Amino acid sequence: MTTALASPSSALARDPAWSARVGGFIAFGVVMWPLLAWSEFRPWLLFDLQSLAAMRGFLAGFLPPSTAPDFLALLARSTLETLAMATAGMALAFVLAAPLAFVATRALSISRIGPGPGVWRAIIVRQSARFMLTVLRAVPEVVWALVLVRALGLGPGAGVLALGIAYGGLLGKVYSEILESTDTQPARALLEAGSGRLAALLYGLVPGAAQELASYTVYRWECAVRASVVMGFVGAGGLGQLMDQSMKMLNGGEASAILLTFLALVLLADGISAALRRALA
Amino acid sequence: MTTPPTTFDGRAWRPCLACLAGALGLLAVVAASFAYLSVSWGGLVSGESMRLMGRFVTEFFPPDLSGSFLARTAEASLQTLAVSSIGTLLAALVAMPLALPASGRFGRLGRAASRLLLNVLRSVPELVWATLMVLAAGLGPMAGTLALAVHTAGVLGRLFGETLENLPPTAERALREAGAGPVVAFGYANLPLAAPQWLGYALYRWEMNIRMAAVLGFVGAGGLGQMLYFHLSLFQQAQAMTVLLAMFVLVVGVDAASGWLRQRLAPARS
Amino acid sequence: MAFTLSGCGLVHANGHRALEQVTLAAAQGERLAVIGASGAGKTTLLRVLGASLKPGEGEVELLGSAPWRLAPVPLKRLRARIGTIHQQPPIPLRLRVVTAVLAGRLGQWPLWRAIASLVYPADMAGAQAALAQLGLADRLFDRCDRLSGGQLQRVGIARVLYQQPALMLADEPVSSLDPTLADQTLAALVAASERDGATLVASLHAVDLALKWFPRIVGMRSGRVVFDLPASRVTPQMLSALYASEGGVPPVHGAGQHAHDTVATSPALQPAHL
Repeated sequence: MTTALASPSSALARDPAWSARVGGFIAFGVVMWPLLAWSEFRPWLLFDLQSLAAMRGFLAGFLPPSTAPDFLALLARSTLETLAMATAGMALAFVLAAPLAFVATRALSISRIGPGPGVWRAIIVRQSARFMLTVLRAVPEVVWALVLVRALGLGPGAGVLALGIAYGGLLGKVYSEILESTDTQPARALLEAGSGRLAALLYGLVPGAAQELASYTVYRWECAVRASVVMGFVGAGGLGQLMDQSMKMLNGGEASAILLTFLALVLLADGISAALRRALA
Repeated sequence: MTTPPTTFDGRAWRPCLACLAGALGLLAVVAASFAYLSVSWGGLVSGESMRLMGRFVTEFFPPDLSGSFLARTAEASLQTLAVSSIGTLLAALVAMPLALPASGRFGRLGRAASRLLLNVLRSVPELVWATLMVLAAGLGPMAGTLALAVHTAGVLGRLFGETLENLPPTAERALREAGAGPVVAFGYANLPLAAPQWLGYALYRWEMNIRMAAVLGFVGAGGLGQMLYFHLSLFQQAQAMTVLLAMFVLVVGVDAASGWLRQRLAPARS
Repeated sequence: MAFTLSGCGLVHANGHRALEQVTLAAAQGERLAVIGASGAGKTTLLRVLGASLKPGEGEVELLGSAPWRLAPVPLKRLRARIGTIHQQPPIPLRLRVVTAVLAGRLGQWPLWRAIASLVYPADMAGAQAALAQLGLADRLFDRCDRLSGGQLQRVGIARVLYQQPALMLADEPVSSLDPTLADQTLAALVAASERDGATLVASLHAVDLALKWFPRIVGMRSGRVVFDLPASRVTPQMLSALYASEGGVPPVHGAGQHAHDTVATSPALQPAHL
């Protein structure tokens, strides 16, 4: 039995992928060089004797964590303030996001059925809502917090507002995506039967999407807790502001106590969030 | 004959007590939060403060677009871009060896220890890391790079480890049974399988990190963030607006670049 | 002796008995086919022969060593001399064909060479020669996810051919190939075994191919070896007894599991005289 299979090609060339790989490597180097320069990346500086001594001194100050009673009371108050900031900020974000998502979602568009009259007006309204959501989302909440602290003064008010704005955009975008990705048949059927958009939302979309909407909201609350601490660094109160002050006074003991509290808080929020999401499922 | 809409199931409506209790509880918690913060909400929306806010906002426009300031903003933008890129790259390089024990390749102790380390790294927010790094590395962008690298290493290490855990073991097992050593079997079987997902995660984190890199400047890590903090502290809103616009452009640009890279290097299989 | 199994038995973790009292031996350079219905234990037998499953009962000797009494390093060296062709090729699809084939010698190469080959393939000519025996020489630099199922199976075979093992184990190596290609592929496997003096054990679902290409047939049913005979002495009655669980009709390649040709009428199922 002869094997009538293809014979090997003559004179093997080089690996065809080689030049592309070399090119990619060179391109990588060409891009890396200026990036390293701009970021002033000099890791050897970390190991010079002076900064090592400074680091050692600072780290030594971290232990033991401060346990002075009046500091602990302040710590407890700040923790509650952070939690309150996160919750209030999420409430504000929801108030902002829900109507925007309602306007922005295509699943509730009456003019798309047909298409009927007012298609262009509806499109403009929807796209403006989407644009608003994008703008709100584009700026990180910390930046909002920085600006609002300048406007409103130090304290959690700026943080709540910043969370509300930034997370409002985020929640709105995700809400409209969830609403559009669930089964839109019931809502459409209601719209075709002449019901109003709000009724179609409440009876048609929300029952199917409720679990996912709630689950994402709880997840965002957990993120809001972390974000509230971060915003505190720019003056929005809570654990973050406390830690910023302690670090500026180079009080390592207080800083480590706050850090440990923060880790515990994150763990707690994580646990609450997981429990709530399980309960909703 | 059309079928009736599927949402009406014909049962008489019964109030769901658990839902009611839950909703009331939620409202109570929210109200308590607002109350605890003891911000004078009334004063916030009073006519006087609204007017002040209005004036504050209008001072942001028009943004300062003079040549020299634009040049400085561009320089800071490049610095922020560099910080986010190098930070993400470093994080990926550190995360890869950490992902190996985190996926259980070195036993349960290795898995627990590496996961603990990764959790600590990612639980501490980037801004807190940056404050610490400023103390270690001094003011400037390197502190930001290190902070991003450390935090993102925690995030990526966990994601990389999960990818490894979810790989089908057949390819590696076949190579081991043909006499290949563990390192080589990993390189020829698991690495090609995991690489596209790893790349996707890293590029996604790059998009997140460009936003964070801008912010890290608030604590002295250079770039656009430091400029923004500086000008806002001096109530120079017009300059601050330029910086905010630069941040916006940078974020949009990096999002686009990340999407393009993901398309080229790790295209979804059709 | 290439391998000797004495009284091997194996019970899987879920309680299912896969092998019972299996005694089998082959000299170096022999070629044998293992046939039987699905679930007869063919794959388990091959895995025991490949030192990847340890039998709970009995003794195993492969290429002159007892694999389960070896230290890790000699065991690794032993495994490098045994090549397994899997039914589903265990190849990451993003690899290129050349890398997938070269992986056959990873057990023999030093670490630095294996790593370097990822960057630039170390022996392209060798990989191409292996692929040429299976008609895939022109696909050397393609990515494996661009291949059809049958082509991917042949790449898995090329990997083992490149490995040049002393003992070749093939688990349904032609299941995804059409009859002509299956025939040619088995021809290539047999030619390679003749050329290198390697022992070849293949489990085949298609009895016609087994009888055509292999001088020695081992029939298995329910984990036991029912017969171990030269191909010329295998009778249609033995075959239909073997496939009793599948309706007594031995499968023919290309005719699917439920072949309508009966043993008595199909000329393809008469034992060939090689």
